[in-house]
Amino acid sequence: MLTHLPTLSRRDAVKAAAWALAAAAIAPRLAFADEKAVAAEIKKLYGDKPMASGKIKLDVPEIAENGLVVPINIEIESPMTEADYVKAVHVFAEGNPQPGVVSYQFTPACGKASAATRMRLAQTQDIICVAEMSNGTLHTAKANIKVTIGGCGG
Amino acid sequence: MTTKPTPRVRVPSKATAGEMIEIKTLISHEMESGQRKDAKGETIPRQIINKFSASFNGKPVFAADWFPAISANPYQSFFFKATESGEFTFTWKDDNGSEYVSKNKLTVG
Repeated sequence: MLTHLPTLSRRDAVKAAAWALAAAAIAPRLAFADEKAVAAEIKKLYGDKPMASGKIKLDVPEIAENGLVVPINIEIESPMTEADYVKAVHVFAEGNPQPGVVSYQFTPACGKASAATRMRLAQTQDIICVAEMSNGTLHTAKANIKVTIGGCGG
Repeated sequence: MTTKPTPRVRVPSKATAGEMIEIKTLISHEMESGQRKDAKGETIPRQIINKFSASFNGKPVFAADWFPAISANPYQSFFFKATESGEFTFTWKDDNGSEYVSKNKLTVG
């Protein structure tokens, strides 16, 4: 039934316009990276090379209460021999002011392609991990982290 | 930055040949992201440790490029397969050009 279409009062219209203006004013200050920025970073490193899933164990909390200190533990399945090892691992955040988080360089001397650190997350977002093997193949993994208190700015 | 960054490293002093050891490192540093503003509303310039690297007997083992998204007092752990006795050199590179170094011995036998 379309008999009760809500009519927009003048006051509401003015309010809505004010909100739109305020949002526009804030928007440039909250210039967060997004999927596109992360994709651009990956393209800069590896071009359009195909990426497989699997092999990466991305160990992050599902919910991070404090975005200032979010543990991230990465483990990549690999024999880590001179012939077959993990060369590099890059971690990107889709909802931070800048996409980069950390880039690791492994060597066969590590014995195991595993590393852990702690990162800052500004908001609830996806984390992308890209691993480059010694033979040039790429693997990727993604994890979503819900952030209760953001870890950027004031 | 009020205090001089102090690295802390946990490496087992002894290992058997072929043993996988975990190395844990921590350094006190504010990791100023360059995103924050001071009381006057001016942006506080970025100053982070942008690179951590580990070598054993002069041979590179592991390295990490850190971005401003790394938490203050950065923690980093990784693994190393012990094959011979020697010394680790851990280096942290600051945006301001400083380098912080820690050397730790490992005996394999």
